[in-house]
Amino acid sequence: MQGFINKYNRDYYGGALMLLLGLGAMLQGMTYPVGTLSRMGPGFFPVSLGAILALIGLIIIATAKSSIPAGEEVHLPPEWRGWICIITSIFAFIVFGIYGGLLPATFAVVFISALGDRQNTVKQAFVLALAVTVVGVVIFWWALQMQFPLFRWG
Amino acid sequence: MIEQSLTDLWFGFGVALQPHNLMWSFFGVLIGNLIGVLPGLGPISAIAMLLPLTYTMKLVPAILMLSGIFYGSQYGGAIGAILLNLPCHPPHAVTCLDGYPLTKQGKAGTALGITMIASFFAASFGIIVMIFASPLLVKFAFKLGPAEIFSIMLLGLLAGGTMAKGSALKGVAMTVVGLLIGIVGTDVNSGTARFTLGFVELQDKIDLVALSLGLFGVGEFLRSVNRIHIVGSGTKVRLRDMRPSKAELKQAFFPMVRGTLIGTLFGAMPGTGPTITTFIAYAVERKISKTPERFGHGAIEGVASPEASSHSKTQVDFIPTMSLGIPGDAIMALILGALLIQGVQPGPQLISEHADLFWGLIASFWVGNVLLLVLNVPLIGIWVKLLQVPYRYLYPSALFFIAIGVYSANNSLFEVGEVLIFGLAGALFATLEFPAAPILLGYVLGPMVEENFRRALLLSRGDMMVLVKRPISGGFMAVSALLVLTQLFFWLRSALRESIRKKEARARLS
Repeated sequence: MQGFINKYNRDYYGGALMLLLGLGAMLQGMTYPVGTLSRMGPGFFPVSLGAILALIGLIIIATAKSSIPAGEEVHLPPEWRGWICIITSIFAFIVFGIYGGLLPATFAVVFISALGDRQNTVKQAFVLALAVTVVGVVIFWWALQMQFPLFRWG
Repeated sequence: MIEQSLTDLWFGFGVALQPHNLMWSFFGVLIGNLIGVLPGLGPISAIAMLLPLTYTMKLVPAILMLSGIFYGSQYGGAIGAILLNLPCHPPHAVTCLDGYPLTKQGKAGTALGITMIASFFAASFGIIVMIFASPLLVKFAFKLGPAEIFSIMLLGLLAGGTMAKGSALKGVAMTVVGLLIGIVGTDVNSGTARFTLGFVELQDKIDLVALSLGLFGVGEFLRSVNRIHIVGSGTKVRLRDMRPSKAELKQAFFPMVRGTLIGTLFGAMPGTGPTITTFIAYAVERKISKTPERFGHGAIEGVASPEASSHSKTQVDFIPTMSLGIPGDAIMALILGALLIQGVQPGPQLISEHADLFWGLIASFWVGNVLLLVLNVPLIGIWVKLLQVPYRYLYPSALFFIAIGVYSANNSLFEVGEVLIFGLAGALFATLEFPAAPILLGYVLGPMVEENFRRALLLSRGDMMVLVKRPISGGFMAVSALLVLTQLFFWLRSALRESIRKKEARARLS
């Protein structure tokens, strides 16, 4: 992501994102009754905030050129392995939480996310996941009696 | 007045020292200290992770514990900065500048010792300010109507946005994003479901725990995976090294006092984050020093002053939150969220309605700070070892605690999905150099801002001038306007200088 976003284009993207978010909030807000100043409807606040945000986005874009910092930027290579593993691990926690239960979900989130670090071997990730699973089950299932069955099928 | 405060404080100690409350307070400072030491986890994540645990707890121990995490983490953050040069906790990054050189000179013990003394001194001062300032503020607060409350909140939001790290405009943008996130859910006045995107789960608002753990937990991991590499310094700190000599104490005394005062001032101002406070304390110290060249090479003043400022700010921060119900920064927003979850309506009536909470909290600050002092001296060896826990083991375990913590809030896996979304958003915002802390402030204040704005304009029959006409409200609006104008001025000045510089460069070329 760092190579794609750099100090020359960062504020253009940032401003555009704010503009989009602002316009989105305004459009969605207008589907609720807006009302008048003395009798505001549920749409009033979202529409005004959306307008403010869109305006700020425009200003960020307009001033992007003058706010490019001088000096070199540290370029960090994209970290796809880490990102994909972390995102997948949380996703796996949700899926295994529904179709598996606490035990597989815990193991999955730790194991998959640990694989995201380049220094971790599969064996280390496995041992770490096993250890956290034991601790997690003892704390949350046994000690705190959380409403999350150890195993369940759908 | 003073007598009354002292009697109340005595009562507070009674509350704080009840075994049950004391236990949770101790638990809080211990966890806070631990999290503060561990690299890559901040107090926001720590408080958010333990927030679900407080749902089943009573009000007083719950708030004592969460506050304990906050000030406990301040002690821990300094240890990593001094011993390992780890700027993982932004407020303590400035402590690295002189703390780490001291470690390299073999004076780590002294630096830690001075830090502990400065921290305790500053915290005590902050607590005393809180004891006497809060009741005064409450008297003032009862005069406030919806227009005034809206103006104060507006000032807090603007200050929170503009004082955040980086560009002021981006900070304000993030505040507005936070306000918009606060809108998601069912509108209290009309029952309309807003911004729910068709999800039934979202009608009940976005979960505070999911939002903060996403932005500050998962978002942070996405940013630092494979990028944090910690090399142990192998420093051994012995107990007797930690006692500073008389000369060192003398050298650190006035910086400590100045740091404390700066922290107190910034704590009372809404919206000023802890990082800017410590940086200013450091800058002031370097400016007035007779030997500024020593700074950056192990000047003890450069450790004492920022650490003192961070601790007095931490305590003073609680004043507007507890007496007005208006949090000054992201962490206070979380504490306020915890109060709301417990069914307490924050505001000027809190001190009288929940006297046990307010005075118990103040007394527990003192008890907690003493505990931290006692805890840190013998445990320093363990903290040093913990600092060397590799990040590659730390973040997968933390991810599990985040996932289970969010799940336990409402026994809902939907909210774990929210964490993922906000984590991605947090990482994206950080890459685009937007600060995340104002989002949390905007989210918590959002519903209150809307409610008071609506009410103020309903009472004035749609006349916006009411916000300026009423004296107190007008005063706060003026300060807000001043804030915007100064930012505009600084921006124009730097833009002008830039264009002159470019013109000169072009003239030189031709």
